[in-house]
Amino acid sequence: MGRIGERFAELEAEGRKAFVAYVMAGDPDFDRSLEVVRGLPAAGVDVIELGLPFTDPMADGPTIQLAGQRALAAGMTLKRTLALAREFRKGDRATPIVLMGYYNPIFSHGVDRFLRDAKAAGIDGLIVVDLPPEEDAELCLPALAQGIDFIRLATPTTDDARLPAVLRNTSGFVYYVSITGITGSAVAEAREVGPEVARIKAATDLPVVVGFGIRDPEAAKEIAGTADGCVVGSAIVARIADGEPAEDVLAYVAALAKGAHAA
Amino acid sequence: MDDLFNSFMAGPDEDGRFGQFGGRFVSETLMPLILELQRQYEIAKDDPEFWAEMDALWADYVGRPSPMYRADRLTERLGGATIYMKRDELNHTGAHKINNVLGQILLARRMGKTRIIAETGAGQHGVATATVCAKFGLQCVVYMGATDVERQSPNVFRMKLLGAEVIPVTSGRGTLKDAMNDALRDWVTNVRETFYCIGTVAGPHPYPAMVRDFQSVIGKEAKAQLMEKEGRLPDTIIAAIGGGSNAMGLFFPFLDDREVRIIGVEAGGHGVDQKMEHCASLTGGRPGVLHGNRTYLLQDDDGQILEGHSISAGLDYPGIGPEHSWLHDVGRAEYVAITDKEALEAFQLCCETEGIIPALEPCHALAHVMKIAPGLPASHIICMNMCGRGDKDIFTVARAFGFDMDGPVGRDAG
Ligand SMILES: Cc1ncc(COP(=O)(O)O)c(C=O)c1O
Repeated sequence: MGRIGERFAELEAEGRKAFVAYVMAGDPDFDRSLEVVRGLPAAGVDVIELGLPFTDPMADGPTIQLAGQRALAAGMTLKRTLALAREFRKGDRATPIVLMGYYNPIFSHGVDRFLRDAKAAGIDGLIVVDLPPEEDAELCLPALAQGIDFIRLATPTTDDARLPAVLRNTSGFVYYVSITGITGSAVAEAREVGPEVARIKAATDLPVVVGFGIRDPEAAKEIAGTADGCVVGSAIVARIADGEPAEDVLAYVAALAKGAHAA
Repeated sequence: MDDLFNSFMAGPDEDGRFGQFGGRFVSETLMPLILELQRQYEIAKDDPEFWAEMDALWADYVGRPSPMYRADRLTERLGGATIYMKRDELNHTGAHKINNVLGQILLARRMGKTRIIAETGAGQHGVATATVCAKFGLQCVVYMGATDVERQSPNVFRMKLLGAEVIPVTSGRGTLKDAMNDALRDWVTNVRETFYCIGTVAGPHPYPAMVRDFQSVIGKEAKAQLMEKEGRLPDTIIAAIGGGSNAMGLFFPFLDDREVRIIGVEAGGHGVDQKMEHCASLTGGRPGVLHGNRTYLLQDDDGQILEGHSISAGLDYPGIGPEHSWLHDVGRAEYVAITDKEALEAFQLCCETEGIIPALEPCHALAHVMKIAPGLPASHIICMNMCGRGDKDIFTVARAFGFDMDGPVGRDAG
């Protein structure tokens, strides 16, 4: 079992929900980003989702678009993103890292070379927004063969007929996107999310984590309560955008984690 | 020619691939919708009623067939090959874009969609979409890069007159690529009631094939018209390429006529060199994945997409339709680049010799005709796609020629 599986097994044994935090690698620059990432586990983050910057993030709202632009302007690349993960791993062997981004930088790097480099850097899973099951041969199957989890997004438009195809080659956990929309837009509603999560859980043994549209500790608690955990991204990234020092960003992350863990 | 196994017209395969190009690289939220669109398109494609409705609208609303015009003064001036123009600039709304829009809107109506979104560069696709939405009483939202809103202002006003909402996109450099990103974001958000009317042969499967099929009316007519006028096929066909829809429309019916030379003309901007101030994806890019498909893209070593440059807003896109990437790699079509400066020279020559004010996009095709025609005999027939008229571009051209449009009667600024 990989780090992701171990982490969810621990959480289940403790009867706790998972808190997953997203930050963009290299935002606003390599050093300050590394400082935030290093502080995430102590702030209560169970799984780190590390954004891979891309010029054209089609599923992201302005907050994460701008984070990617800041990172790219500061010289961030796929190689440096992996270097950041490697630096983090020097001090933390247990916290899973999921790399989240778009396919082109990976395709450009070369899939086999990328999987080798990602594994060496201590990456545990991948979320690649523009690779649906129809394109599994591109990266999903090679990643699974290398022991890297491929975490799929399920969405409100993933109907029952399609759900098995979405779950087929998914590993680690299932990421339920709580809204039809882009990151940082609409607010997730627990009463709508609950039945959808139940529908997915009936079809898989994997943990289901809910993301998109969670903005404060109360929402983190409420949404995490409907599933096995929740993801917060834009609300954290917005604080980095405001130029808050790492300790303030991490204090806010700790409040979110406390919310999720109270569920 | 009718050897099924060697046809260039068989693609895409069931996964939407032309060789390695194409595919469906979209988020899960959109995937069920794209599969439904594909299903509905396949039904419509085989339904004679669907095509009967299209034909009637093409004839009475668009004004098809567009003429096939022998450009005698231009032919004489260049002193070589005989030049024909396929006059799609005479279509209602002034470009080829409406051929495709009608098809997609009829499909949207069949699917019960009430809200139409589109991206636009030059504004021609936006105007065509706003037009057809007005005709059918559908809500229309057009995403347009902020840079393009400025340089194609007549078209912005047209869209507004037609009742569309035009949303300027400020991310990136504010051109077609950024407009497409925001249109995709809108679609993900309003997926259930919205139909995304893509303006070129790009995007996830089935768009590249569907848009090609709707635009193929250009090539089918061209073939019949030249057979009637000349009793044979042309020797060379040429079209400009932004995403590649007017070109695919002209080329597709000729793909298996191997004696016909096919040339696509990309926007060379300030020149195809290391500075990357151009939009020649095939000449200066490499394969990558953007906007739902794998194709040649302008990108850096890290796979980040580069902002190109072209004087022509309609060609200012860092990608190209996947079928062109495939035709390039298998060698069935040739692709060349024309600079801003060469396109402007073609603009002037076309106005002076033929009394036709062309859009800057087909000026790129014409500029390549100017390069090759003089070296060819009069018996060599070239057919170029005059896919748009130049009304929208007069401000850009005036600026490039140093002409003061705000002067008392308009006079040379220099
Ligand atoms: C007149 C004209 N030609 C060409 C294009 C480029 O598109 P495509 O390559 O899809 O024909 C445009 C796009 O706006 C246009 O308006």
